[in-house]
Amino acid sequence: MKAFAYSRAGDVEAAIRLISRNRPAKFLGGGTNLVDLMREEIEQPAHLVDVTRLPLAQIEERPDGSVRIGALVRNSHLAASRFIRVHYPLLSQAIVMGASGQIRNMATTGGNLMQRTRCQYFYDRQARCNKRQPGAGCDALEGFNRMHAILGASSACIATHASDMAVALVALDATILVRGPGGERAIPMTEFHRLPGDTPHVDTNLGPDELITAVDVPALPFAGHSRYRKVRDRASYAFALVSVAAALDVDAGRVRGVRLALGGVAPRPWRAVAAERALVGGPATVEAFRGAAAQELQAARGLAHNAFKIELAQRTMVSVLRSLLHEGAAR
Amino acid sequence: MSAPGVAERTEILDAVAVGLRINGVEHELRLDPRVSLLDALREHVGLTGTKKGCDQGACGACTVLVDGERINACLALAVQYEGREIATIEGIAGDSIHPLQAAFIEHDAFQCGYCTPGQICSALGMVAELRGGMPSAVTGDVAAEVIALTEAELKERMSGNLCRCGAYVGIVEAIQETFAGQLTR
Repeated sequence: MKAFAYSRAGDVEAAIRLISRNRPAKFLGGGTNLVDLMREEIEQPAHLVDVTRLPLAQIEERPDGSVRIGALVRNSHLAASRFIRVHYPLLSQAIVMGASGQIRNMATTGGNLMQRTRCQYFYDRQARCNKRQPGAGCDALEGFNRMHAILGASSACIATHASDMAVALVALDATILVRGPGGERAIPMTEFHRLPGDTPHVDTNLGPDELITAVDVPALPFAGHSRYRKVRDRASYAFALVSVAAALDVDAGRVRGVRLALGGVAPRPWRAVAAERALVGGPATVEAFRGAAAQELQAARGLAHNAFKIELAQRTMVSVLRSLLHEGAAR
Repeated sequence: MSAPGVAERTEILDAVAVGLRINGVEHELRLDPRVSLLDALREHVGLTGTKKGCDQGACGACTVLVDGERINACLALAVQYEGREIATIEGIAGDSIHPLQAAFIEHDAFQCGYCTPGQICSALGMVAELRGGMPSAVTGDVAAEVIALTEAELKERMSGNLCRCGAYVGIVEAIQETFAGQLTR
């Protein structure tokens, strides 16, 4: 690990001042991804600004049914929140399907969003990687690309974003609140992570000196009936091959509302806009689910080892929607 | 180390003062900010019960409790944990060994023993999480008030701790015997 200077921010303004005046610098949350990448010398910040003591660890339930999640709420605390478990079960499920118990206790909400979009070639400094070294090339394209993207990738990068929490948040239409030298702004979750294009070294649309302060999740009454399903190579502590976050609202056999997002298939948490559009107002049937899933995956492109995900994603979407439909009917 | 909110510029120092509270005892250390909590415990304080396996958060051998919650000490920078209540395997026993330690012996829940301190600290943290209502990946209804410590729940919740000797059968039995009565009400 390269040497760095450590400082601890006492308030948000100080954190932003510290990061603006010390370059190259990074904010330090739980460190579960950043410290690991620093040890591999893939990340080499000269300054770390520890933000974990900032007063941003509250889960604030609001009268309108929405919730504001402080950036420093740890993943385990968010998953265990009674309010989240009852009103947004897919978010609680997504979090506990990610990483291990130890890591969830360390990882913060903001840090989870800021984990690098990555693959094993990004970690392997002997390999070519446009994300690690812009212009170097990508060894994953012709390499072992089982874990890689089938949607939204580019010829420069096919890495996926590994967060499960983010897939649930994008399905819930969350908004990321950030503070920087220019003040506060809100970034919709759907626009927070970037597609790689020809700049895969830039993962998010967060400005260089901006700090995530909170995540706002709007009220969504039918999210009480929702699910996160993760398909992976082993039963626990593994990244998704494919994951699906879904909430379904059915009235008299027709889809009144639906939220769908995919993980493990794209460089960012993938909101299944085409599938949602195909379903809303139509019949809530397995045939309709199949059609919508097929529409979402129409643009998918498989590589040597990950083409199976195109069918797996569709089957998982249909399976999750079908189980939500049957449970809804049984209630 | 800079006082909160005071320094505008920070500089790279070979060592900074770090006060760590470990098993109820204060330790005033001077550490390079790169030193992990794991290395601080083993190399600077001399508490070698906490083990280094993968050093990247995959194996759980370095699991310790911070304010009662389990974490991977290898991914933690020691400077970040100033003032927190850190418990290691050396602090788990009271006058006699902890019931979970006794159950590990009774059930042959180890062979080489290298993962054992991490397994025991992790299990203690895991049980506290379960009591706090934390669901897991195998919990059917995440909104349930009480979650029983079934074998499936236990295995899922302990998936951050590897045992390369394969003593898992004994580990599961030891944890179940120690806590099942308290949790399946």
